Amino acid sequence: MGDLLQTLITVISVGSLYALIALGYTMVYGILKFINFAHSDVVVIGAWTSFTTAAVLLPRLGVTPTEAPWWAAAGVLMLAMVVCGLVGFCVERFAYRPLRGAPRLNVLITAIGVSLFFQNFGQLKYEVLKPDGPGKPAMSLPFGAQPQGMPRLVGSRALNDATVSRGTLAGVDGAVVRLSEGVSLEERRQYSIRVTPAGAPRAIEAMVVAPAGRYEPGQDLRVGFMPAGAAPGSAYALVRSARVPIQLVDVAIVATAGLLMVLLQLLVYRTKFGMAMRAVSFNTTTASLMGVAVNRVISLTFVLGTSLAAAAGFLYSLKYVTLQQTAHQGWVLLGLKAFVAAVVGGIGNIQGAVLGGFLIAFVEQFGARYISSDLRDVYVFGVLILVLLLRPTGILGSTVREKV
Amino acid sequence: MLDVSNLKVSYGAVQALHGVSLRVEKGQIVTLIGSNGAGKTTTLRAISGLLKCSADRVAFEGRELRGMPPHEIVRLGVAQAPEGRGIFANLSVNENLEMGAFIRNDVDRVRQDKKEVFELFPRLKERLAQNAGTLSGGEQQMLAIARALLTRPRLLLLDEPSLGLAPQIVQTIFKVIREINQAGTTILLVEQNAHMALKVAHRAYVLEVGRVAMEGDAKELAKSDQVRKAYLGGH
Repeated sequence: MGDLLQTLITVISVGSLYALIALGYTMVYGILKFINFAHSDVVVIGAWTSFTTAAVLLPRLGVTPTEAPWWAAAGVLMLAMVVCGLVGFCVERFAYRPLRGAPRLNVLITAIGVSLFFQNFGQLKYEVLKPDGPGKPAMSLPFGAQPQGMPRLVGSRALNDATVSRGTLAGVDGAVVRLSEGVSLEERRQYSIRVTPAGAPRAIEAMVVAPAGRYEPGQDLRVGFMPAGAAPGSAYALVRSARVPIQLVDVAIVATAGLLMVLLQLLVYRTKFGMAMRAVSFNTTTASLMGVAVNRVISLTFVLGTSLAAAAGFLYSLKYVTLQQTAHQGWVLLGLKAFVAAVVGGIGNIQGAVLGGFLIAFVEQFGARYISSDLRDVYVFGVLILVLLLRPTGILGSTVREKV
Repeated sequence: MLDVSNLKVSYGAVQALHGVSLRVEKGQIVTLIGSNGAGKTTTLRAISGLLKCSADRVAFEGRELRGMPPHEIVRLGVAQAPEGRGIFANLSVNENLEMGAFIRNDVDRVRQDKKEVFELFPRLKERLAQNAGTLSGGEQQMLAIARALLTRPRLLLLDEPSLGLAPQIVQTIFKVIREINQAGTTILLVEQNAHMALKVAHRAYVLEVGRVAMEGDAKELAKSDQVRKAYLGGH
């Protein structure tokens, strides 16, 4: 039961990332009828831009990344979206627009070229800011070939664990906490202690390593390590970990992705621009006869799609904090799976991309958990083959025909 | 109002128009008839800015249209209901009409204009929320004309409005074309149905393989032997 819920949580979290990326593929396909293979590389640029902002720029602004308030994280996200939006604009303007009207194969090959360019360009390393004291790493643009650790902008803690005891640190001796409230620790449950050092915005967590049993007030409890800055008098909370922890980072991912998808839905179905977008996707020529500046709509579609990709890159790096270099196969697979999601849902269809994202995540995560995790990629592409055989237009895709 | 002189268009190596000249006077219906491949649609698409062309002059109310993109030409007051109707089948009927009003910001006037359009085509009002792809051919044609009208054109370009429609619906469409014209909109009508077109039009041009073969008063042309033989099925 716990496993099932845990897997479901992962499905929702990972699925919303796939969905965000799939939206970009599907929007561009909807309008230009070609697959922008450079789209997944924009996700990577989004992730690395987030890293650069969070790990290098925030410290120089006097914000410690791991203790950053929520608006600093939001700022990192916004900047990544703006940067990638610009990248998307330029890619369309300088790589794809000159080929408007050329055979689709030419554009496709160009897209692969753009993708390779980003993968390799991203590994160049030019330090533009020197390392500046501890915790202030160098800034390299582009990003270099070494993996980097994304700072945890969102604390790695579960939302649904239970506080079983509270107090102030009466005395700290090594990694030992003196309890001011009595507590019973159960067998086979994990406990942690959360200490908020004076002046720190966020609690720091340490695992409790004391054996199960009854502890009276004044008794000492061993923890894994004592957080730096935890002085006598600091507040603490003793926390029992949830059996199925809902991680804050997953909540942040789902909430952010959900908000962006709702905004996109409103934009596409409730605004004049969205209507123009849908008109262009069906018939470019007629849309231009209605006064729609088609090129502007195409540009904006790219900007929208790539900024969603940036958000996905940012959120991905919050959950999987090891950032690989830009040509790493993990990124390629992430992009491919999102592309599969778009195709499975029905390419060109916005709801389809979202549905496909969750479906792919479902198949991948459940297959990995209950069958074999070595085959996780196989499940995804297996679904693709099945859908292409049974319903080539995708689940929600349809071929709309004009009546003559 | 519209003054086209020596219009030439090529598709790759194939020249489709070899110097077409035509004039449309304000308030008139002018028709462009001719057989398949004569260059009628090409002429309209060139005027609307959809095709690259060379010409001595393509002037609307004295303004040169050559080199202007289609989305700017429609803002000058030249609307086109394209061949094959160009309905946005993924949009509702209402959204299709809203696309017609895309260039406008006068919300109240648009609402008023929609009402007037519904008087011309009552069927559309019943189908507002429906997906436009589900309309019948005749209804789609009505929608295409209604949508073009919502741009508030001074010159309306109609490309084969009778194509593929049942005779009864063709009658309705032509009746409406006349009404639109009487309400003050100038019309350039491209038609294969020369019989109907010559009936409603004031002036007519006959296109043959990219050239104007004949031109003149529509009623006069309808009487001429040549036109009767070639386009009206007469003897």
